Amino acid sequence: MNNLSVDHLTGIKDLSKEDIDLIFKTADSFKEVINRPIKKVPSLRDITIANIFFENSTRTKLSFELAEKRLSADILNFSASGSSVKKGETLIDTVNNILSMKVDMVVMRHPNPGAALFLSQKVNAKIINAGDGTHEHPTQALLDAYSIREKLGAVQGKKVVIVGDILHSRVALSNIYCLQKLGAEVMVCGPTTLIPKDIHLLNVKISHNLREALEWCDVANMLRIQSERQEISYFPSLREYSMQFGLNKEILNSLSKEIVVMHPGPINRGVEITSDVADSKQSIILNQVENGVAIRMAVIYLLAAKIDR
Amino acid sequence: MEKQVILNSKHLELTLKRLSHELIESHNDFSDTVLVGLQPRGIHVVSQLKKQLEIILGKEIICGNLDITFFRDDFRRREKPLIPSITNIDFSLENKKVVLVDDVLYTGRTIRAGLDALLTFGRPSKVELLVLIDRRFRRDLPIQADYVGKMVDSLISERVSVEWEEIEGEDKIVLYTKDSNE
Repeated sequence: MNNLSVDHLTGIKDLSKEDIDLIFKTADSFKEVINRPIKKVPSLRDITIANIFFENSTRTKLSFELAEKRLSADILNFSASGSSVKKGETLIDTVNNILSMKVDMVVMRHPNPGAALFLSQKVNAKIINAGDGTHEHPTQALLDAYSIREKLGAVQGKKVVIVGDILHSRVALSNIYCLQKLGAEVMVCGPTTLIPKDIHLLNVKISHNLREALEWCDVANMLRIQSERQEISYFPSLREYSMQFGLNKEILNSLSKEIVVMHPGPINRGVEITSDVADSKQSIILNQVENGVAIRMAVIYLLAAKIDR
Repeated sequence: MEKQVILNSKHLELTLKRLSHELIESHNDFSDTVLVGLQPRGIHVVSQLKKQLEIILGKEIICGNLDITFFRDDFRRREKPLIPSITNIDFSLENKKVVLVDDVLYTGRTIRAGLDALLTFGRPSKVELLVLIDRRFRRDLPIQADYVGKMVDSLISERVSVEWEEIEGEDKIVLYTKDSNE
């Protein structure tokens, strides 16, 4: 197996376990590359990549940009604010205009679920989904699973709990698909209002008690409350949420074993996770960011190999 | 497929010994010199040379493995993407003398990529090339080796394979020729 089964990365759902293993193996090599004195390889010299962000992003955008630069690709950056999107241009028109400047690959973040899939069917370029609404965020899930593999040696057989706003989280859905494909057990934990009602169909365990969930798991992935996607109030107050579902040092120290703490960022310190936990030895939050660049280099490299000459 | 043994295990061992002595002539006690083997097959040559050199010099020889996948010039010109092997150079190459090692020198394209990959680890004071087999007259690029185990004249349709006991079961170098009816 040395070729991806897909032509675009729109979601983890379409990937096979072999695809994920191939991405991880390639990322291992790129991780070594980005720790060299000169952190750049010439593989994608003749490829142009457009980063199209219709939604705010810091980490993902910088990480993709750095990954593209480390591979020697030429890049175009586009964000919706200050663009013709505000003047009423459709998504396909915007993207086709960008593609007529001879772009080979598009990395897109969009507020609408399915936007990446839609684009992959309509335009002639490789598409990488950098987050589509509440649907998927595949590269985040890949780097999360990769970070677990790095920290614990394997993902197979590990127990991972995803805590927080599961309802509005694309990270949660992609993580569930990815971890299950790699043979991990997944639990979601949060207030009833923030757990999707049909989530049991994905074969995940459900808990509404943080301590119980933490006692069960090897890894806790703490998610942010996505206030920007919440039109109504899902819980009485942030303070109450934090008291019931926030991870603090006291709970962490009272557990019968040492667990690994993850967070996809951005962190709301003092809400879902306290500063002393986020900065503790058990936290691999900054490793996740480093691995993000290697994973994105691997995904871009493997998809670029499929671009016709 | 016809098969002709170019070097058997005894001749291969003699060749490696001779190459080790040639290296010592130019590099004395190896205090500033490192060996870097190209993945995937050059690393076996390095481990054999390391063994010989350490017996002769009685000290540890610093060695590394270098993967050149991301520096190749045929990315997207093949059916399948090129999947990398492990690079393992945990020392600085700054101002070191580097002997780049591979099993067969053919078109020279691998060595070209190897030189580019090598320079991402710093600026060596000198780089030399050692190969077990030099398939001369088949070069695409102006690249020559400083140390050669054996020169071989061969056709494009032929294949030279350096085989090792730990992988193929026996140390030998074989020339494979396609049968005329194949």
